[in-house]
Amino acid sequence: MANSGGEDLCLEVAGDDPSCATIVLRGEDHTMGNAVRYMLARRPGVEFAGYSIPHPSEDRLNIRVQTIAGGESAAEAFGGSVKDLAGVADVIAKSFLGALEEFSTSMKQ
Amino acid sequence: MGSGEDSDGKRSLPEHLERMRSRVEVGSKVPSNSEGVYYSGAYSSMGVDNSLSVSDLEKRLKVKILEKEKDRIVFELIGIDAPIANTIRRILLSEVPTMAIEKVSFFANSSVIHEEILAHRLGLIPLDVDPNLFDYMEEGAEPSEVNALKFRLKVQCTKVAAVPAEAKPSLKYHNSDVFSSMLEWEPIGEQAEVFGSKPPKPVNDDILIAKLRPGQEIDLEVLAVKGISKDHAKWSPVATAFYRMLPQVELLKSIEGADAIELKDMCPSNCFDIEESGKAVAVRPGQCTMCRECIRHGDWEEKIRLSRVRDHFIFSIESTGAIAPEDLFMRALQVLVDKCGNVVERLTESLDVSSAQARASTNKEHLSHLTRMSTGR
Ligand code: SF4
Repeated sequence: MANSGGEDLCLEVAGDDPSCATIVLRGEDHTMGNAVRYMLARRPGVEFAGYSIPHPSEDRLNIRVQTIAGGESAAEAFGGSVKDLAGVADVIAKSFLGALEEFSTSMKQ
Repeated sequence: MGSGEDSDGKRSLPEHLERMRSRVEVGSKVPSNSEGVYYSGAYSSMGVDNSLSVSDLEKRLKVKILEKEKDRIVFELIGIDAPIANTIRRILLSEVPTMAIEKVSFFANSSVIHEEILAHRLGLIPLDVDPNLFDYMEEGAEPSEVNALKFRLKVQCTKVAAVPAEAKPSLKYHNSDVFSSMLEWEPIGEQAEVFGSKPPKPVNDDILIAKLRPGQEIDLEVLAVKGISKDHAKWSPVATAFYRMLPQVELLKSIEGADAIELKDMCPSNCFDIEESGKAVAVRPGQCTMCRECIRHGDWEEKIRLSRVRDHFIFSIESTGAIAPEDLFMRALQVLVDKCGNVVERLTESLDVSSAQARASTNKEHLSHLTRMSTGR
């Protein structure tokens, strides 16, 4: 239901170039696809980032990553970006809680 | 066309590029610059870094609550881009769990409503219970106190004696209307102690489920389980969750006298006021709906510039009532964090597997020897 088990992530690397990879995710859709693509695009050292859902009835999300040769590998950049996305959510949560507090004190006055 | 430096020594973009980066222009016929520039090296030729780091965001991000009611919150989210705002919105709509009626057992139904329609109506009733207290019901699992809630609905319609025939049905009959409040909770296991003073019930008592006439009855039992709205919209925790970008209305030329009055009258959202000097000012740009009425006629487009701020969102969340709207936002962020953790975990796993495979393939020679030896072939 909420999350599917089994082989739900695989990494497709053509040849032996670690700076290019397609990450195939199952059980995820545009919600993760677009956010991760955005985080990748804004990550230094990432040359190209894109995502696609080839067919709506196939549970498959492709995320394409290409990094500058000699730097971070595509898989590392992907992992880093996903962690950063969690960091972004955390920062938003912190500000939101602060704003809630501010709002309730201003309402009391 | 050189780029300048701002106060803290960071290089900044030339004005026209900064405008392109931070605004979506709204013209009388088409919007322009609707797509954001997100590539980290987009402005590297000008020495401006367009990358995003979490620590930078921490300094830049602002949240301000504008309105807060029991079931509704409106706040400003400033400093993030649309992909992030949209991800949160999508999670709110379809991935924050709630409880909803999933299984209905009919013992009797002589009402005019068919069972499947009735079951569907029941499913859509929002339930006032915290889904965090429950587990998802696994496929084929028995309902238990940790994964389900049970309700019973047993109503019979009867005649009230000595009421004139022309009176309203609600006066003439008992139970002519079946309301959500008639769902009676039946605790499973120790649920009665767990919920204590706050028994699970529908959020609204006055949702009309069916209508009955004398002699008709409904007798059924329902199971409510935890789920997400990706499976079925009945599990959606929000009535709606949406955002809009902050509208900006700029007057490029001074608009005075008759023009000012024309402009003020033209705007259906009442964005403009006229100063004592007779000059028009955009005092309430936040109310602008981007209807573009003020730039449609004559040469008005040369006098007024409409745009939206790309990283300034006015976010509204309306809860169905089960979870407070501010809680919903926090839960949506938690879902996002969990999803990220899950992806990272899967990535590490698959990297481990592929590196093990790589090792295995270099050891292939040895391995095939070993298997040949052990199988005797
Ligand atoms: S676009 Fe419409 S709502 Fe906005 S200022 Fe112009 S007339 Fe008013």
